[in-house]
Amino acid sequence: MPLLENGRIVEDFWTTIGGDELLPPTGPVIVPLDRLEDGLARPAGEKLGVALPPDAEIAVLRAALPRLALVGVTFPTFRDGRAFSQARALREHLDFAGDIRVTGRPLPDQYEFLLRCGVSTVQLPDGADPAVWARAHERFTTAYQPAVRDERAEGFGLRRFLA
Amino acid sequence: MSAEILAAPSSGIAPVGHYAYDQVDRAFLHDRVEQFRDQVARRLSGTLSEDEFKPLRLMNGLYLQLHAYMLRVAIPYGILDSRQMRELANIARTYDRDYGHFTTRQNIQFNWIRLEDTPDILARLATVDMHAIQTSGNCIRNVTCDQFAGAAADELLDPRVHAEILRQWSTLHPEFSFLPRKFKIAISGSPNDRVAARFHDIGLVAKPGRHGTVFDVFVGGGMGRTPIVGVHLRDNLPEEDLLAYLEAMIRVYNEYGRRDNIYKARIKILVQALGAEGYREKVDAEFAAMDRARYRLPPETVAAIRARFGTPALDAPSDAAERLAGARRADAAFDRWVRTNTHSHRAAGYISAVISLKPDGGIPGDATSAQLDAIADLAERFSFGEIRISHMQNVVLGHVRQDELHALWQELGRAGLASANIGLIGDIIACPGLDYCSLANARSIPIAQKLSARFANPDLQERIGDLQIKISGCINACGHHHAGHIGILGVDKKGEEFFQLTLGGSAASDAAIGQILGPALPEDSTVDAIAHLVDAYLVHRTDGERFLDTYRRLGAALFKDAVYALA
Repeated sequence: MPLLENGRIVEDFWTTIGGDELLPPTGPVIVPLDRLEDGLARPAGEKLGVALPPDAEIAVLRAALPRLALVGVTFPTFRDGRAFSQARALREHLDFAGDIRVTGRPLPDQYEFLLRCGVSTVQLPDGADPAVWARAHERFTTAYQPAVRDERAEGFGLRRFLA
Repeated sequence: MSAEILAAPSSGIAPVGHYAYDQVDRAFLHDRVEQFRDQVARRLSGTLSEDEFKPLRLMNGLYLQLHAYMLRVAIPYGILDSRQMRELANIARTYDRDYGHFTTRQNIQFNWIRLEDTPDILARLATVDMHAIQTSGNCIRNVTCDQFAGAAADELLDPRVHAEILRQWSTLHPEFSFLPRKFKIAISGSPNDRVAARFHDIGLVAKPGRHGTVFDVFVGGGMGRTPIVGVHLRDNLPEEDLLAYLEAMIRVYNEYGRRDNIYKARIKILVQALGAEGYREKVDAEFAAMDRARYRLPPETVAAIRARFGTPALDAPSDAAERLAGARRADAAFDRWVRTNTHSHRAAGYISAVISLKPDGGIPGDATSAQLDAIADLAERFSFGEIRISHMQNVVLGHVRQDELHALWQELGRAGLASANIGLIGDIIACPGLDYCSLANARSIPIAQKLSARFANPDLQERIGDLQIKISGCINACGHHHAGHIGILGVDKKGEEFFQLTLGGSAASDAAIGQILGPALPEDSTVDAIAHLVDAYLVHRTDGERFLDTYRRLGAALFKDAVYALA
């Protein structure tokens, strides 16, 4: 499945591990939350990511966070907006600076919201047209409220300029 | 887009009572219209399925109803100027069947819209700085406000600047556009609650504090199938923390609100499940942990947005009140209308006038394009071009000179808009019901019309006094029946329309949920039953006692007998 970053398709170096698959000894892997301990047991230099289910509180990652290069958040359907708050809280409460990756079934019309909540990459759902996603990224140039992505909050009132 | 257009907007004559758009706001709306035009084109060509298109059209206020598409246009905090009202009239004439319907959330709905016309309609709305953004969907909806804001004698401060701040802050909010369920905020600046603050997801009451504006915060009120009076969450929230605290409140809801059952997804259910204390603890923890500087609402921002509001130059002649008194003495019909359809103004020589959209036997909240145009003309002539829509589905001209009130009343009479029934039994709230709505179990409009005709006699209405009838065609309670002094709920009994009566509800400062009186009745019996309730009240009331207070004093038994003993 193609991976989107800043509106462009990029190469995906990560391997996502299922619930009962063996962890490869080396290479970047994303483990499910309930296998975080297995991931942490690998050598410290190996890149580790964790996939957070929508009902998880991000505080469960606090201790492991220095070892994590990626946190995955997911949309079971586009209607389920919990991932927005998870991403925002990872940046704002835990100061997480690594990759926040979205999986599941988001809509292209949600792309700018995701970026503004601190998401960095999106694993596009099957059949998604990357051009529609890129267009969604460029649609609006103004936003009316603070968000965790660093935006130029200059100008009038609450407005900020979307780069 | 260059950065220079983010500079402070140029000054000009701002519309009275609402925020004046600048070129950045207009560019944003233009982008939004083009986005929707692209989505409609993809739908019409078949690239988008109805399933994929549905959430996109709903985010632009476009519903698919029983017979056609319905477009719900936002009227932020219920304020329009006459230029905007004329465009609504144009849209009604060009794209609908020559009328529009004002809703209980101060919006307007067009009921007979063709999908392929909607991008053009939104483009026309954008020419007068209007839109349909977030009038539907599980997001923060249009923020509603006191219809007498900025005019009422009893107001502590005009809440519309903060309503506008909340409108902007909630517009395409990145975190809160896919909440568990829709989210409604109301704001008032008067201790006399005219916004039903305790029946909203969040209700805010603004007041002057020792160091600037502060807010009392209510949460978790609502109607629907689980009517609940909101919890008083906190007092004296400082203005600079307003956005931060709302972010914390809605975050807790976004994270913990139920998503498994649409009927248990509103914030009221979460607040009940956690308890007021449990919810408050979570909000306080979030509020303490968040980057408060990021979400701070500085006084300069409030001042900048306030500066985009036009204010009326109130300057009535010193004998204005005297001349009004004279006109009232000379004309009994005018005197009656003044008694029922006006509200005290803060400025000497001024008064607020309510234009009833509840003519005898009419459909509550409907207005023809000719009436919309007439209201626009009258607003220009008599009230600085400012028009307000009330959650009671009426129209208000906020700042009318008392010596000009008689002339206004005569013009209203010519337009068929001079019904003298505000706050009386003829001032019925009704949802669109099964005549339009795909959720309804029963038709609300015919029963509203029958009741309106039955109690048309103005002497009778005035003798009955303050009595609010509210009608919903289904349990979703868009007609606010739970909060009616008399509530009527349409139910389906084996394919037939029946109506359940509730008594004792109120949306005001004495907020209460009405109690079911007894078994549901067929339509005609319901109209008779209400006549019996009124008769019983007239017999048993004490001097000056409202229906609601007689019910509260004497209890349900007497009224139950009045309806069911004869059957």
